[in-house]
Amino acid sequence: MTLLFTLTLVIYVLATAAYIAYFSSQKEKIRTVARSILFAGAASHTLCLVVRFILAGHTPLTNNHEAVSFFAWSITVGFLSFRWRYQVKNFGTFVTPLITALMFISFFSSQDIYELPPALKSGWLPVHASTAIMANGFLAMAFCGGIMYLLQEREIKKKRFGLFYSRLPSLDALDSLNHHCLSIGFPLMTLGIITGSVWAKQAWGSYWQWDPKETWSLITWLLYAALLHQRLTVGWRGRRTAIMAIVGFSAALFTLWGVTSLLGGVHSYVG
Amino acid sequence: MLADTIMVLGVNHKTAPVEVREKLAFPEGPKEPLQKIKAISGTDECCFLSTCNRVEVIFASKAQEETVRDIRRFLFSGSKLSDTESERYCYLHQGRDAISHLFRVGSGLDSMVVGEPQILGQLKEAYRDADEIKTMGVLLNRLLHKSFSVAKRIRTETNIGGNAVSISYAAVQLAKKIFGDLKNKKVLLVGAGEMAELAAEHLVTQGVSKVIVANRTLERAVKLARRFNGSAVALDELAQQLQVVDILISSTGSPNLVLRKEEVKPLMRQRRNRPLFLIDIAVPRDLDPKLNDLDNIYLYDIDDLRHVVEINKSERDKEAVKAERIVSEEMLGFLQWLEGMEVTPTIQELLAKANAIREAEMKKTMNKLNGLPEKDKKSIEILCNSIVNKLLHDPILFLKANGDALDKQVKLDVVRKMFRLHRNSVE
Repeated sequence: MTLLFTLTLVIYVLATAAYIAYFSSQKEKIRTVARSILFAGAASHTLCLVVRFILAGHTPLTNNHEAVSFFAWSITVGFLSFRWRYQVKNFGTFVTPLITALMFISFFSSQDIYELPPALKSGWLPVHASTAIMANGFLAMAFCGGIMYLLQEREIKKKRFGLFYSRLPSLDALDSLNHHCLSIGFPLMTLGIITGSVWAKQAWGSYWQWDPKETWSLITWLLYAALLHQRLTVGWRGRRTAIMAIVGFSAALFTLWGVTSLLGGVHSYVG
Repeated sequence: MLADTIMVLGVNHKTAPVEVREKLAFPEGPKEPLQKIKAISGTDECCFLSTCNRVEVIFASKAQEETVRDIRRFLFSGSKLSDTESERYCYLHQGRDAISHLFRVGSGLDSMVVGEPQILGQLKEAYRDADEIKTMGVLLNRLLHKSFSVAKRIRTETNIGGNAVSISYAAVQLAKKIFGDLKNKKVLLVGAGEMAELAAEHLVTQGVSKVIVANRTLERAVKLARRFNGSAVALDELAQQLQVVDILISSTGSPNLVLRKEEVKPLMRQRRNRPLFLIDIAVPRDLDPKLNDLDNIYLYDIDDLRHVVEINKSERDKEAVKAERIVSEEMLGFLQWLEGMEVTPTIQELLAKANAIREAEMKKTMNKLNGLPEKDKKSIEILCNSIVNKLLHDPILFLKANGDALDKQVKLDVVRKMFRLHRNSVE
C-alpha cells in the first residue's frame, strides 16, 4: 500500500520535472513525454485509491492523508480530461507542482487506517466528501489559471516581455479557463454543501449548526458565488476574476486544513 | 567538379541601390528573360529570381567567363552602365558559395528583414516559371528543391520567423496575446495614416471581422473604409464606437489628446469589461497614457511597439546563427549528392550494391546446400558472378557513353533512382 503510494508520488515528481523541462525548452517531444508520465501517475493513483478502499473497508476519505490524496487525484483527472477540450499552453507546468505538493502533504500525514467513527458510517460519506473534494480540484485549476493570468497580464501591461509572454497562452484563453473551471467547480461545491447539510440532518438532527467548517465552507461558497454573479451580470473578467480565483482557493484550503487545526468543531475527525 | 558549374549572379539590396536595381526590372514577367538567358551560349540550366530587393540568375555552366559576362550584360541591358560599373554592383557566387547563398536566400537569411517568409514564396514562383518553360535540368531542379526544404527545416528548428520585427506586425502579435483568436473582433482606425492602414491590413488577414474608420475629413474615412469593406464614422462618434470595437489604432495629426482616461473609464462597464487594445502610433500622442492603468485596457504607443520590435530583432539575430549552421550542414550534404552525380562514383556504387546482393544471396543458398562438392560450389559462384557482370554491363556502358552535359546528368539521375543509389541524407 505505502509502496504503491510512494510510487505514485515518484511518478508525479517525474511528471512535474518533465513539465518544467518542457516549459523551459518548449520542445513538443518533452511535452508528450510529460503527458504520458502524468497519465501513468493518474493510473497508479487510481489503483492506489481502489486498494485503499478495499483495505479500509470504507470510502477512503476520512483523514488528512486520504482526503488530500483524493484532492490531488481529482486535480490530475480534471486536468487530463480538461486537456482534450481546451488547449491551454503550459497549463501542466502550473498544475503538476500543485499536485505533487499535495501528494507530499498526504505522504507525510498519518497513513494508518482507523475504524470508522459511528457518525461517519453512512452512504452519504462518499457522496458528500467526494463532491466537496472534487470541487476543490476544479477550484485548484482555476487557481493555477489565475496565477498564469496575472503573470501574463503583468508582462503585457508593463510591456516587459520575459519568461512568460511567449510561453503562456493569450489572456482570453486564460480567462475562459477560469470560467470553465468555475462553472464545473462551483456547482460541485454547492452540491457538496447540500449533501453535507442533508447528511447533517440525518446524523445530528439539524441541517446547519454553524460548525466552523460549515461556516468556512459558506464563506468560500459566497466568495465564488459573488465572483460568478459579477461575471455573469456586469461582465467581471480578467485580473479581478483571476485574483478572486486565488483568494477563493485560499479560503477553500483554509476550510480544508485551517479550520480543523485552528478552530476545531464537529468535522474535526476529518483531517 | 560538378559543383563548380553552379553559379549565382545578381544584385541585391546590399550591393546595389534602388536606382540601380530598378533598371534591372523586367516588367513583362520572368519568361522572356529566362528564355534569353537560356539562349546565351554556355548556359546549361537557369532560373531567374526577381523581387524588389534582388535580381538573381541561378545557372549552371561549364564555359564560365564568357557566359557570366553575357548574362551580366543581359541583366544590365536596361541600364546604361558600363561592364566595369555593372560588375561593381553584382555578386557572383560559385560552387559551394552559390549553394549556401541560395539556401540563405530561400530561408530569408539574406533578406533585408532577416527571416521574413515572403522570399520563399517568391523563390518557389521563380522555380515554377523556370520549370514551366524547361530551362532547368537535374542540377538546378534538385538545388531549388533542396533550398525549399532547407528553408522549411530552418523555420521549424529555429525561431527565426517567430517574432514580429515590424511595428504593424508587432501590434498584431500583441493583439493575439490579448484576444487569442482575432475572428469576430472589430478594429477602429482613428485617423488614416499609412502605418495605421498597414496594421489594419495585417489585422484583416488575421481574421478581424470589421474595420471602422473615423477621420477628421469624412471623405478620406469613407475611402479607406471602402478598402477594407468597412464603415466610416465621424470623429465625435468615437465614444459610441468604443463600446463595440476591440482594437483601436490611433494616428491622427491632432496636437492634443483625442481620448482621455476619464472618457473611457465609464465605457468599460458598458463594454462589460471586454478587453480593449489601444494602439497609439501618433506623435504627439493621441491617447492618454494613463489609460493603461485601467483594468482590461492595454495601451501601446509607438515607442512601446518599437521597443518590442528591437527585442524581437535581437532574438532573431540569435536564431540566425543557428540557421547559418543548418545552411552549412545542408550545403555539405548537397555537395555530397553532387559528387555522386559524377560517373565514376555512380558506377562504383552500382557495382558495390550488386556485389553485396550477390554475396548475401550466395551465402544464404550455400548454407542450405549441404554436401555439395567443392567443384560444384565453385561453378555456382562463377555463374552468379557472370550474371551480375553481364546484367550490369549495359547500364555501365550507358553511363559511360559520351553525350552533352545535361544529357549525362539526366542519365545519372535515372540510373541512381532506378537502382536506388543513395548518398547520405540527400533524398
